[in-house]
Amino acid sequence: MTAVLELRQVSKVYGSAGPTEVHALREVDLEVGGGELVAVMGPSGSGKSTLLTIAGSLEEPTTGEVLVGGSVLSGMTRNQRARLRRRWIGYVFQDFNLLAGLTAVENAALPLELDGVGARTAHATGLAALEELGLADRAASYPDELSGGERQRVAIARAVVGDRRLLLADEPTGALDSVNGEAVMRLVRAACKRGVAGVVVTHDAQLASWADRVVFLRDGRVVDQTTRPPGAESLLTHGPNP
Amino acid sequence: MSVRHALLALLSEGPKYGLQLRQEFESRTGEVWPLNVGQVYTTLQRLERDGLVESDDPEGEGPQKGFRITAAGGRELAEWLRTPPETVPPPRDELVIKVLVALRVPGVDVHELIQVHRRHLVEMMQQYTYLKAEAPEHDVGLALVVDAELFRLEGVVRWLDAADARLVQVPAASPVAAPAVPPRPGRRLGVRR
Repeated sequence: MTAVLELRQVSKVYGSAGPTEVHALREVDLEVGGGELVAVMGPSGSGKSTLLTIAGSLEEPTTGEVLVGGSVLSGMTRNQRARLRRRWIGYVFQDFNLLAGLTAVENAALPLELDGVGARTAHATGLAALEELGLADRAASYPDELSGGERQRVAIARAVVGDRRLLLADEPTGALDSVNGEAVMRLVRAACKRGVAGVVVTHDAQLASWADRVVFLRDGRVVDQTTRPPGAESLLTHGPNP
Repeated sequence: MSVRHALLALLSEGPKYGLQLRQEFESRTGEVWPLNVGQVYTTLQRLERDGLVESDDPEGEGPQKGFRITAAGGRELAEWLRTPPETVPPPRDELVIKVLVALRVPGVDVHELIQVHRRHLVEMMQQYTYLKAEAPEHDVGLALVVDAELFRLEGVVRWLDAADARLVQVPAASPVAAPAVPPRPGRRLGVRR
């Protein structure tokens, strides 16, 4: 089966050659399949956010290839890439990034409308996405009438609305308390269980622990990853004693 | 985990049979805190001896014997709930010692060593989170116990992250001060209580 997202030897250099040159990513390989949630964990400046913007085709790698759904991004025109972003990829950021002048359902339906889907269909699909996340009764509310947890749920609805295959999240629980953060990660996990490929970048071990696989990034390089899928073994073999 | 006080807590809900107590104790804590079931009966005997519970048949034995909490048992439970847990000085942390020692051992890449431990801890956290994610949402008891472990393990990961960052600032050539505490065999990582 083709990976939903594949990074092949991706490097990113900012600035011109010399002392101002910054190597944000160095020869990163990463493959994420449908139904899989991968966390990329690393300290500030390790290249996490660069990795996410490159995976989401918001930025181009200096060298290496990015494939989404098996298609090489560098072989596409600008318009093709924009269409891919609208149809395939959903983004969730720490600060929600909802449009203040749109209601919850309008925010959720926005990617579909931008893609030329009729207003009525887009609205119905947006509403279905909100329902899925338990927010149907808040559909007509504006972002400033919603709590932080609700805003992030709207952002997730927008990210998975329609038939998006790739969910990219940058510290999605950073602005939330731990209980609301957990609710958000349950939704991200549920979306992945339905077949979406998810990538979450974070410095937070608790957030990363929701993932099927954790990849560790340091100075722009993948240095390690977890090897035991969660649930594959009993905690009692190495858990705390009574 | 105090089996004694857990049993008093279960009995504070109303009289129960020995077998029922064993099952409830297991279902509420079993997955995270495995228990030797023989302990439940031994503890019940001691509680009865101390006058904290009474049974409907003091001479009888076996799983069908019924128990209820006494007034003294209720007071004991109330007092235990409000008593702060033991606040002994922190044990010498084996992980801290390993990282300190590694700084002095030629040929050891401390950052790589830190990553080995970080990965192990994150893998343990994944198992706990999985347990919580798969459990029914109304299982508040399990969520509380799992959260406690997750916060504790997260604290250790954050210490490793801080150590990693501090050691970047220390030039590799400069000798680091000798560890303040000598290494000694101690508890295994992740085993505390």
